[in-house]
Amino acid sequence: MDIAFIVAALIAVAATVRVVTCYNIMHALLYLVVSLLAVSVVLYTYGAPFMAVLEIIIYAGAIMVLIIFFVMMLNLGLETAEHEKAWLRPRIWIVPGLFCIVLLGELLYLILQNKQPAAGIQVVPPKQVGMALFGPYLIAVELTGILLMAGIVGAYHLGRQHKKTLHRFLENNLNT
Amino acid sequence: MINAWWIIGGVLFVLLNTAAGLIWLERRMLALWQDRYGPNRAGPFGLFIVLADTLKLFFKEDWIPPFADKVVFVFAPAVVVASVLMSFVIVPFAPNIVVADLNIGILFFLAMSSLGVYSIVLGGWASNNKYALLGAMRGASQMISYEVFMGLALMGVVVLSGSFNLREIVEAQRTVWFIVPQLLGFLIFMVAGIAETHRLPFDIPEAESELVAGFHSEYSGMKFGMFFIGEYLGVTLISAMVVTLYFGGWLGPAFLPPVVWFAVKTFAFISLFILLRASMPRPRYDQLMEYGWKVLFPLSLLNLWVTAAIKLWLVSK
Repeated sequence: MDIAFIVAALIAVAATVRVVTCYNIMHALLYLVVSLLAVSVVLYTYGAPFMAVLEIIIYAGAIMVLIIFFVMMLNLGLETAEHEKAWLRPRIWIVPGLFCIVLLGELLYLILQNKQPAAGIQVVPPKQVGMALFGPYLIAVELTGILLMAGIVGAYHLGRQHKKTLHRFLENNLNT
Repeated sequence: MINAWWIIGGVLFVLLNTAAGLIWLERRMLALWQDRYGPNRAGPFGLFIVLADTLKLFFKEDWIPPFADKVVFVFAPAVVVASVLMSFVIVPFAPNIVVADLNIGILFFLAMSSLGVYSIVLGGWASNNKYALLGAMRGASQMISYEVFMGLALMGVVVLSGSFNLREIVEAQRTVWFIVPQLLGFLIFMVAGIAETHRLPFDIPEAESELVAGFHSEYSGMKFGMFFIGEYLGVTLISAMVVTLYFGGWLGPAFLPPVVWFAVKTFAFISLFILLRASMPRPRYDQLMEYGWKVLFPLSLLNLWVTAAIKLWLVSK
């Protein structure tokens, strides 16, 4: 299990680095999918199979497909990759790199600080997740539902088609 | 318990041969229903057509168009076969023949089938061809939409059996198969399953009469073969899932061993898939989406709601 975790974690980190450094947006998105899959394996090794599968279903299987779908429709070709290359000069990397190094240092410090042996990994079955969500965390679930509802209503409003006119010559007459 | 490696090897062997055999079966059955003979020259009943087809695929020029995105182009056909084969991991073929007895079985199946979309999207995008792109667009929207109803329809079974584990779901059908209390769920799952495998009434991503061959227009040789085999594996998978979830899986009268019962039931559904192909016209793309979101989606919600209400009522009584 430990080896599985380390391999998955390394893949996740490497893939995420490639997401940032890739010039071709489609390849970057594919690396993001790989990274999500790796994170899902990490979750599985840490005893959260339900979360792991949801990670794949929702992030890798739905959200990323939608994003790739729209990128596909934009039809960004080689020129965009060249643009990206021009934008992402080495100088650009300095500040984000510094931030990341600080974060990495912090993470290492926290990991090394925590001397206690890792508590025995407890597998959380789906039923327990459901009980928790619809028990103590019910209000959060409801609020999320309301938020999603607002999103759907907003999307409907934005995507609503305007009243069809009979002919484009008549458009001005109707509006006046 | 049988050694896990034997099970994995056996499942792979049977599945890949089934997928190949389906080429012959489909062509023969379609021909019968259309009052023709179909392939009947090579070998007994024309069975060697499979061999001939495979050899032909191997010797065809394996061409990557110069305008394609090479890595993604090569990678895309593998995704569909891999994701479908991964789904079979959780299918219980018999009480002790299952590769992994996961307690998130159904969710794993849904996750893998949602990854299957990538093969169409990436294949269509990497081909860098208008028809392929149109096919990929249709495929993506069709499969994302129908996944929703598929998942919701399955939840009726989950509510009744109280588990995501497929072995427990089969065990819960000892008294009565879930087709009886979940008829609506079964119908929705079936329609969603056909859309998910983009088989003929819903083969809109590849609609050969409008889009040449849709997302795999540019593919040839064994890469095309992978899409082809992936489709047949998908048909087998959906049939196996229908049998497991609604028709009692391996359960059946004792005069046949459980595996045989499973195989017989699955075969019946594969035949149904082929029959559907022979008899149904293809709907328009917007009709398909409208039907999904305006009819199947409310119905599957209603199904889940009523099932849960009845279950709660029974429990509280």
